[in-house]
Amino acid sequence: MEFLNYAFMQRALLAAVLVGVTAPAIGIFLVQRRQPLMGDGIGHVAMTGVGLGFLLNASPVWMATAVSVLGSVLMELIRWYGRTRGDIALAMLFYGGMAGGVMFVNLAPGGSNANLTSYLFGSLSTVSPSDVNAITVLAAFVVLVTLGLRRQLFAVSQDEEFARVTGLPVRALNLLTAVTAAVTVTVAMRVVGLILVSALMVVPVAAAQQLTRSFAATFAIAVALGVTVSISGTITSFYQDVPPGATIVLLTIAAFVALTAAAAPLARRRARAAAAARPAGEPAECSIPAGRAAGDGLGV
Amino acid sequence: MDEPVIAMRGVTAELGARPVLRGIDLTVRRGEVVALLGANGSGKSTAIRAIIGRVPASDGTIELFGTPRRGFRDWARVGYVPQRTTAAGGVPATVSEIVSSGRLSRTRFGLFRRADREAVRRALELVGMADRAGDPVNALSGGQHQRVLIARALVAEPELLIMDEPMAGVDLASQEVLASTLREQVARGTTVLLVLHELGPLEPLIDRAVVLRDGCVLHDGPPPKAVGQHALPGHDHVHPHAPAGTEPIRTGLLS
Repeated sequence: MEFLNYAFMQRALLAAVLVGVTAPAIGIFLVQRRQPLMGDGIGHVAMTGVGLGFLLNASPVWMATAVSVLGSVLMELIRWYGRTRGDIALAMLFYGGMAGGVMFVNLAPGGSNANLTSYLFGSLSTVSPSDVNAITVLAAFVVLVTLGLRRQLFAVSQDEEFARVTGLPVRALNLLTAVTAAVTVTVAMRVVGLILVSALMVVPVAAAQQLTRSFAATFAIAVALGVTVSISGTITSFYQDVPPGATIVLLTIAAFVALTAAAAPLARRRARAAAAARPAGEPAECSIPAGRAAGDGLGV
Repeated sequence: MDEPVIAMRGVTAELGARPVLRGIDLTVRRGEVVALLGANGSGKSTAIRAIIGRVPASDGTIELFGTPRRGFRDWARVGYVPQRTTAAGGVPATVSEIVSSGRLSRTRFGLFRRADREAVRRALELVGMADRAGDPVNALSGGQHQRVLIARALVAEPELLIMDEPMAGVDLASQEVLASTLREQVARGTTVLLVLHELGPLEPLIDRAVVLRDGCVLHDGPPPKAVGQHALPGHDHVHPHAPAGTEPIRTGLLS
């Protein structure tokens, strides 16, 4: 446990735990509404924020938060109004965000793409004390929203039309989901990196689904998995001197593969249990009554 | 007190540039069961979606419980069963989780109390799905799924039930459960507006039928009687495109 003696590792681990909790917590709603790649889009937009941070000599974390929140609101508005050309507009937003980031970083005095690298792929040593403060505040917001409003977000993500008729403020909740996803991206940016953020939103949820039958269990297992891979990835990264973001994501995918392999026997056991619970006289196999008249007396 | 539950006057709506509703008048009074009939594309579903605010009406007025729809906030009084689609959410969810989402309009800030959990259990019992509460919805048949959606609408104990094609793609056993569930609701005084393709097993419950054609009201009155061969008791629907040897669908035995 010698890694705990280093202040930078304590900060990195704290940031990793917060990422592990928040990314799957909001990611599950993105997966539920079948927009799993939204995190990717926001990650690209956040690059402009990082670039602006360098250019204006402001905190890249807060600038990225501001820009990605703005970008996510814009994406949500495009989804409402730009029905037919929505996908093209979203593509513009993604590429524009990425290009803007590269441009602003290079315009900044003494700036080059090298400054961007730690934001793109994550890094352990660069998580500063002020970053930790920002990440903690942002993560608290994400946890508050995803736990406090989980029933509302579930209803809206499951069936938007029905949610409207139960009187839920559907548009406000959609906006809140987008903003929360944007905030999560900036929480994850320092450790996992903007390019790989989305993986931690989606893959733990997909892995948990291999075992679960309920939303609540999927949520719990996804978050537990997110925390586990974030911590173990961060520690591995310390000892092996490999980038933390890539380590965490590869571990998550390994967990997905392992759970998928474990799920097959589980599904068979559940099927057997269901067959045993089925009342007699309701056979699982088809039985075709013998001796039926040809055509069964069909007539028009 | 005696204001109509639903009042539509001269409602028009377009989808894109195509007019779908061309001046619809529809009144549903308290305790009535009204069926909205018509061929595909006649505007039945659009009329329902205009009532719940999913499709904007370009002209005319829509009132719910005497309040203009735009200002209507009392959604707990309305239960809605959308047309069943195969698209489920991207994450597994159990029957009781889905039904619980219908109870949100009765809770404060989404906090569930014992009475809410009790209401979920009761709604599942009403549609005969109490023993499946913990099962994932994607493991259900079409008819069972439809029963879950109806339980989701009933769990808030609505005064008005709006259903879009509740019988479409539903097996016979589920059709009977749905018909008896609806009968109980009607006996309690629930007002019902439902879109139907044909009257089928719900026929005895229906007070009034409104038939649409090309976005206009063609008929508003007693439900049309089936004519010709369709009216014969035990009439078999034999579909020429059904594979030979399949069991004929005996709709007449159900009603």
